[in-house]
Amino acid sequence: MSALSVEKLRVRFGSVEVLKSVDLAIESGEFIVLVGPSGCGKSTLLNVIAGLEQATEGRIEIGGREVTGVPPKDRDIAMVFQTYALYPAMTVRGNITFGMECRGVPKAEQKEAVARVAKLLQIEHLLDRRPGQLSGGQRQRVAMGRALVRDPVLFLFDEPLSNLDAKLRVEMRMEIKRLHQRIGTTMVYVTHDQVEAMTLATRIAVMNGGVIQQFADPQTIYDQPANLFVARFMGSPPMNAIPARLAASGSEIAAMVGPDAATAVPLPNATAAMKDWVGREVVLGIRPECITLPDGEQPGKPAASLPATVEMIEPTGAETMALIRVGQSEIMARMRPDARPAVGSVASFALDTAKACLFDPKTESRIA
Amino acid sequence: MVEARSLSARGGRILLYAILIAFAAFYLTPLIVVILNSFRSFQEITQTSVLGFPKEFRLDNWVQAWGSYCIAGICSGISPYMWNSLLIAVPATLISTLLGAMNGYLLSLWRFRGAGLIFGIITFGVFLPAQMKLVPWAITLRDLGLSNTLAGLVLIHVVQGMSFTTLFCRNYYVNVPQDLIKAAKVDGAGFLQIFWRIILPLSPPILIVTVIWQFTGIWNEFLYGITFSEGSARPVTAALMALSANIAQAREYGIESASVLIAALPTLLVYLFGGKYFVRGLTAGAVK
Amino acid sequence: MTQTATTMQAGQTRPARTAPRRSWLSDIPDLLTRIVAGLIAAAAVSYVVGFTLWTVVISFTDSTLLPEYSFVGFKHYFTLLRSRVWQVAYFNLTIYGLGFILGATGLGLLLAILIDQKIRAENLLRTIYLYPMALSFVVTGTVWAWLLNPTIGVEHFVRSLGWAQFNFGWLVDRDMAIYCVVIAAIWQASGFAMALFLAGLRSLDADLYKAAAIDGASPARMYLRIMVPAIWPIVVSVLVILLQTAIKTYDLVRALTAGGPGIATTLPTNVVYDYMFQRGLMGAGSAAAVMLLLSLLIVLLPYALFQRLRRGKGGGHG
Repeated sequence: MSALSVEKLRVRFGSVEVLKSVDLAIESGEFIVLVGPSGCGKSTLLNVIAGLEQATEGRIEIGGREVTGVPPKDRDIAMVFQTYALYPAMTVRGNITFGMECRGVPKAEQKEAVARVAKLLQIEHLLDRRPGQLSGGQRQRVAMGRALVRDPVLFLFDEPLSNLDAKLRVEMRMEIKRLHQRIGTTMVYVTHDQVEAMTLATRIAVMNGGVIQQFADPQTIYDQPANLFVARFMGSPPMNAIPARLAASGSEIAAMVGPDAATAVPLPNATAAMKDWVGREVVLGIRPECITLPDGEQPGKPAASLPATVEMIEPTGAETMALIRVGQSEIMARMRPDARPAVGSVASFALDTAKACLFDPKTESRIA
Repeated sequence: MVEARSLSARGGRILLYAILIAFAAFYLTPLIVVILNSFRSFQEITQTSVLGFPKEFRLDNWVQAWGSYCIAGICSGISPYMWNSLLIAVPATLISTLLGAMNGYLLSLWRFRGAGLIFGIITFGVFLPAQMKLVPWAITLRDLGLSNTLAGLVLIHVVQGMSFTTLFCRNYYVNVPQDLIKAAKVDGAGFLQIFWRIILPLSPPILIVTVIWQFTGIWNEFLYGITFSEGSARPVTAALMALSANIAQAREYGIESASVLIAALPTLLVYLFGGKYFVRGLTAGAVK
Repeated sequence: MTQTATTMQAGQTRPARTAPRRSWLSDIPDLLTRIVAGLIAAAAVSYVVGFTLWTVVISFTDSTLLPEYSFVGFKHYFTLLRSRVWQVAYFNLTIYGLGFILGATGLGLLLAILIDQKIRAENLLRTIYLYPMALSFVVTGTVWAWLLNPTIGVEHFVRSLGWAQFNFGWLVDRDMAIYCVVIAAIWQASGFAMALFLAGLRSLDADLYKAAAIDGASPARMYLRIMVPAIWPIVVSVLVILLQTAIKTYDLVRALTAGGPGIATTLPTNVVYDYMFQRGLMGAGSAAAVMLLLSLLIVLLPYALFQRLRRGKGGGHG
């Protein structure tokens, strides 16, 4: 059954349209990540789902029930905030029980619920402290505890990890994922961090300009981005977007790149739609890891060869990134950790074009 | 370098302290003069000047000032006026602080259209000269039957005080994260419940500042007091003024000094024991 | 409502949705509390707006002891502007305002800088400099009236020490009495300026001091060129607050000089009160009050604009 369905949702603040007709249907048990740059409307969408902001138009159902006009407390949701929003004057226990207190849950039941959640999150020893005495990670746990104790139909997370340092962020990310696997409740999670989106989500909604650009599972988002925005936003470093002209020789199609469009990049998986673009300008999208320095150990791969000037290399230990230039285009390539092409030299890079995408330069949509 | 400069540096330090102490003397002189005079006899002061050390420490100035000296024909000393001021300042302080906290909470954490404008208008009340409000107050108090009553002055100070208290509290609450309110809404708390359970427990710092500020301001207020009370209903500032306007008899500087000290004592004590909050109030009221 | 999502482990039950016991707070309907809060805010707004408009309306009427609503236009305003007492009062306000504001600001800045020199007994000195702010203007005025009174105060005291020719009779001198008001007002308010300046200096980055020291700036140059410009928004705030204090000064004059000798220390506020409650000229008094308000607005509006501009430049923060 559907845990959350959003239909034709619009939010307007004065003359500013923050959400432009958003549709979203989420099955029970899914982990949905709303991702996008700041100002894309993802937090507004979450707040509207929670009932903390009002939609101008549209319809929201939570657990199959229409919730327009229903106050947040009656929507059967729980929410974890970016700043955690722990009540400073209450103990951890008080923070967790406040919602139940507001709903008039009997004391004995409250106690039981706190014990259960505290055990789950391993915060039993913190129950009598105040938020000010907790570390960032502990606050995060308490905030999750406060949400968990409601046992809602829907969990909402508003950038819950963005106030943590890098190491803790990775830890808590894994913990949230583990939590979802254990309790299986539907989650909607807002972040601007594409790595969080990729690692946590069962499906990702990439947002920009108040519109959902693409709503799909992480692998599809990564391999077949709906448009150049998604291609550039997801993945670090982002997908390379290289201006090209499409050419055909027989049944083969190739993207011509570089100065005078002299270098042919064959596209073995060309679709019928791509063939319509032969002879026209396109944008070739190719992930950095598909551009490598050949070491002679990749026989049989349909590798195209791309001569390029090495402008800069960035060794990270696990791999070495190279910024290379082909004509006017700067391209990121991801190489073996020990690859050290000389800066300024021209090297011949190997292209794995199996997952290459083509985009319409005008609409920026992917040519499928 | 430290060696070479030490001589001139030491001279500089001495000069620095000399200036600081000279100004301390400037600020303290009036207080010391009043304290000393409160122990000096009538003859002693009139034969010399108000600057002088008491020949003997006599307490009868204090006794008379408190209980029997005649102020504008009422011979009961300053004590009844102290009570008046207390009965005005305490309820007015508490009520205006509570209402200001409520206003501040409404205007900062429940952002709605026009909240900024409403806050601007209320804040303007801080700057509005009291003279602009005297005539309307006179008419209002008369219509409510509160002319020349303590309740009338309490009402004035509550309403007038709301401008200050709203300013203080709103500027404090504006830094409370909005997420806190959202979390409480999701938890099912209502408007009053969020205020009472979540916001008020956060507020002691600003409430102390506001209470101190309001108490000091109301205790020291004179214009409303002199305009809307007479006779035995006066607050202590108005009584002090009447005391020094006694032209019928010779000036009893000793008794007046004791009266001035008694009248100033409550706010001086508040200042000495809540100095940190007093200063914070000055800064909060000024810089925002 | 059913819940099909897999729930938490360990055989838990969902919390009851019906409320057997609630605190007294949740018994008050939420809407009612919002309405009450709205009414309180509305009362505060209508007080400021309503009373202001009320006085403005009365200033256009011939009201005397009781308000009456027969309009006479700007009659009172013209009469006031032409009256000698009003002109003198504004002249006095100018002298007093300039002396008081410059004096209190200058002294406050000096004391703040001196206290900022890592001195001993800082708390004690600060407490001493600031305590007059806890007093009422009535107390300040009363005590300074004694000190400045030639027959009983400083003049008499110094003469009794042997300087028989010593003269300090400003309080009874038409030309100098206004400076007595200035002295008493500076005594009362300079500590306030000091406290704000000191808070400003303390809020500056300590690295600023280090950088200036490395640049070899002398202490005087450091303060004049770096620190004071760095806290100039506070300086402006202090100036504006003192200016509005000056315009509103009333009790101090009444306690210190009662406006005299003659009308040598009468300020516009005293005139307002005199019209309203001594002479029973409510209409004329209200016109004077409105003009007082206009004087205040001339000060406050540019300041408010300046503040808005400054915040705007700050990139939307604050």
